[in-house]
Amino acid sequence: MLLNHTTSKIVERKALTVNPAKTCQPIGAMYAALGIHGCLPHSHGSQGCCSYHRSTLTRHYKEPVMAATSSFTEGSSVFGGQANLLQAITNIFTIYEPDIIAVHSTCLSETIGDDLGQIVSKAASDGKIPEGKHVIQAPTPSYVGSHVTGYANMLEGIVKYFAKKSDSLKNQLNILSGWVEPSDMRELKRILKLMKVKNVLLPDTSDVLDSPMNGKFEMYPKGGTTIPEMVSMGDSLHTLALGEWATEKAAINLDNQCKVKFSIQDLPIGIQATDRFIQSLAKLGSVSVPESINDERGRLIDVITDMHQYLYGKRVALWGDPDQLIPLAEFLVDMDMKPVYIVSGTPGKTFEKRMEKILSKSVPEAKYKNGANADMLLMHQWIKENPVDLLIGNTYGKYISRDEKIPFVRMGFPIIDRVGHSYFPTLGYMGGLRILEKILSVLMDQQDATCPEESFELVM
Amino acid sequence: MERIIKERSTQVHTIGTSAHDLDCEKKSLAGSVSQRACVFCGSRVVLYPIADALHLIHGPIGCAAYTWDIRGALSSGPQLHRLSFSTDLRERDVVFGGEPKLYTALTELIEAYKPKAAFVYSTCIVGVIGDDVEAVCRRVSAEQKIDVLPVMAEGFKGTKKDGYKAACDALAKLVGTDNEFQAPPFSINILGDFNLAGELWMLKEYYEKIGINIITCLTGDGRINEIRQAHKASINVVQCSGSMMHLAKEMEEKYGIPFIKVSYFGIEDMADALYEAAGFFKNDEMLQKAKDLVSKEIRTLLPALTPFKEKLQGKKAAIYVGGAFKAISLVKALRLIGMKTVMVGSQTGNKDDYNLLKKLCDEGTIIVDDSNPNELSEFVKEKGVDLFIGGVKERPIAYKLGIGFCDHNHERKEALAGFEGMLNFANEVYASVTSPVWKFFKR
Repeated sequence: MLLNHTTSKIVERKALTVNPAKTCQPIGAMYAALGIHGCLPHSHGSQGCCSYHRSTLTRHYKEPVMAATSSFTEGSSVFGGQANLLQAITNIFTIYEPDIIAVHSTCLSETIGDDLGQIVSKAASDGKIPEGKHVIQAPTPSYVGSHVTGYANMLEGIVKYFAKKSDSLKNQLNILSGWVEPSDMRELKRILKLMKVKNVLLPDTSDVLDSPMNGKFEMYPKGGTTIPEMVSMGDSLHTLALGEWATEKAAINLDNQCKVKFSIQDLPIGIQATDRFIQSLAKLGSVSVPESINDERGRLIDVITDMHQYLYGKRVALWGDPDQLIPLAEFLVDMDMKPVYIVSGTPGKTFEKRMEKILSKSVPEAKYKNGANADMLLMHQWIKENPVDLLIGNTYGKYISRDEKIPFVRMGFPIIDRVGHSYFPTLGYMGGLRILEKILSVLMDQQDATCPEESFELVM
Repeated sequence: MERIIKERSTQVHTIGTSAHDLDCEKKSLAGSVSQRACVFCGSRVVLYPIADALHLIHGPIGCAAYTWDIRGALSSGPQLHRLSFSTDLRERDVVFGGEPKLYTALTELIEAYKPKAAFVYSTCIVGVIGDDVEAVCRRVSAEQKIDVLPVMAEGFKGTKKDGYKAACDALAKLVGTDNEFQAPPFSINILGDFNLAGELWMLKEYYEKIGINIITCLTGDGRINEIRQAHKASINVVQCSGSMMHLAKEMEEKYGIPFIKVSYFGIEDMADALYEAAGFFKNDEMLQKAKDLVSKEIRTLLPALTPFKEKLQGKKAAIYVGGAFKAISLVKALRLIGMKTVMVGSQTGNKDDYNLLKKLCDEGTIIVDDSNPNELSEFVKEKGVDLFIGGVKERPIAYKLGIGFCDHNHERKEALAGFEGMLNFANEVYASVTSPVWKFFKR
């Protein structure tokens, strides 16, 4: 029993996180920046941060992840990191030749008071940024928010720098994607194409972190939102921001800066959230919903109908990021399941309100918590008090799954012990079908493996 | 893109053609995509395997999240080291100081988990906001009556190597605190094996077979009480010298315990390690037992290696690992299965290691210090490599280039040390190099 220390007695903790359901801001900034084309993320801090983020992203995607670091020394922490960043900018443009450097800060550089904006301006006025090249930046203090906050801050940094309003309006929508997999970005593009909605998707990590094996190491793979696309976002008709935590800041910035109105929606996970997404696309893009998309919806609902008896009343524990957890909880309720425990290390007040709305009627016994001390220890204690039938979350649930013998579907970040997330989406109706299939598979495998012989069934 | 950054040209050496010596132990260039990590990382990986200790990371959540159970350092008993504990510093703590939070967290944790000792890692930000971590540790130590050891590991204070030293400093405070213990004759400590994939358990068996007792291993399958007794050993056997040399030297000064440097990778080095220990005790019986053990192992191992060697003969390998001492063993181990090392490098090697490598490797071999993905990928293409040996960040690069890979770092899943490990190594290399998947693309 790896978690034999966990008891069902819940002790109030004041100052302690045990087995976190979050990580720190800079990795989110790094991931978001990888979704723009020709960009090298840069970590302004100690070497370890950059190394950890690259390793974690590599473990999740099984892909090379490139990023540079300011390599802070004791001297930089006393005198400030300006010299390091200026030298880094010169070195990076000379050696690695990206089109864009996306600098994010760290707890160290924030605490010593480095002002990224000022340093980057100095780099520009000193002529250290070659013609046609760009340095964008976002503050990502690790002691505020979580990895999702870092993603949001980098998205804001990107649109702030690139989006420009010209005289001519463009017949296109901005789609700001929350923190999802390359497969999901690809799925969004597929849906948008089926809907015939012209758009700019930001960021887009497909063809970056799911690149094919071709015998070459590409420092800058072919994917990612391009500079002209990002510039044109200032002329778009509207911004559809998917996932409040990850995209709201960027959406607001586009409105303030370029007067592009925005609406914020959930990530299209499950039936209702995807319905809302499709309806918005139809409305904002002035298009009708093609039959093929309605058919996808129908197929998802068909499978739920077929298998409802295996889903009905099952108690589920989930953890991860609010943007995923909210529509996922809604989807589970729609499938007649009971999301009883939900934790997210990511703070934010609307989490509780949204969960209450989704759960208060159908799952009044549900417990949910986000922010401080909402960690995997708390989740485990709840489960010890009263067990669940299913776990849904990132890899860190595998200890609970093993100790408590509970079926486990991996979803979220990071997934460092399975593959598939990079290639099979969980967004849209088809993504819903995949979530459903995974849920059914683990539940039914468990039933097959543990039920008494007399009730072992061939037909299920 | 240039092959090598100009400022880094002295950190790359080609045997036979380079005029200059290899430069090393330099700070990484700002802006490089270095494969190196930080001070905290160094101390964390060294102390992590101590399984009955509490490891509390004082800082924002990231440092704890990224080091949560990532090292396959196995424990035969407690698993406390595999949990992740953090003070999760927030903006408020950064402004007003994190000491109260650290104190509360430590107290809560010690009461809940009853560890044998606690290590408190201070991270970058703690050094800057000026928390007196040592004072908090002293206070909690006095109140809770257990050792609470500060590990001064602010990330920016150097490289991973400085983290090794911080870890050694913390360990040195534990060593020598149990004087009651009477060591059996022929007792040693192993320094610098981390029991990845259970390697220590194999080594222990070899030592026991020849009559040598291991008091403690620092830090593989480590236990606090054993570490307290480490000063009763007759000799320290240092494997990962990069990480543990400080402690070995300190124990020599303080307790008069001599040390020898060994490596457990490959047949030659493994055998030498056993002979040297036996030689140290000047015990003929022990030496004979060691010889018997080695010849018995080799008798089964060599024939088992032959089929691999036949398939791998003449294939080329590139090595890029954390410490250069390990690279030396790998060059020899590869030779044993017919493979030639054409590029070898490390994140943190020193002059002595690199000089040894220069002597060991063939002309034309590229030796590199603190490299980056671009360089590595260029060298690999230039040399037409068939196998890359490295860690998590190098693996996908190797695969993208269409070459085999062997993880000789935290993520190894098979024991690679000792005689048995040599066979595992050969098998793993063979499997990757000859995988049918490579036929689906043109290199």
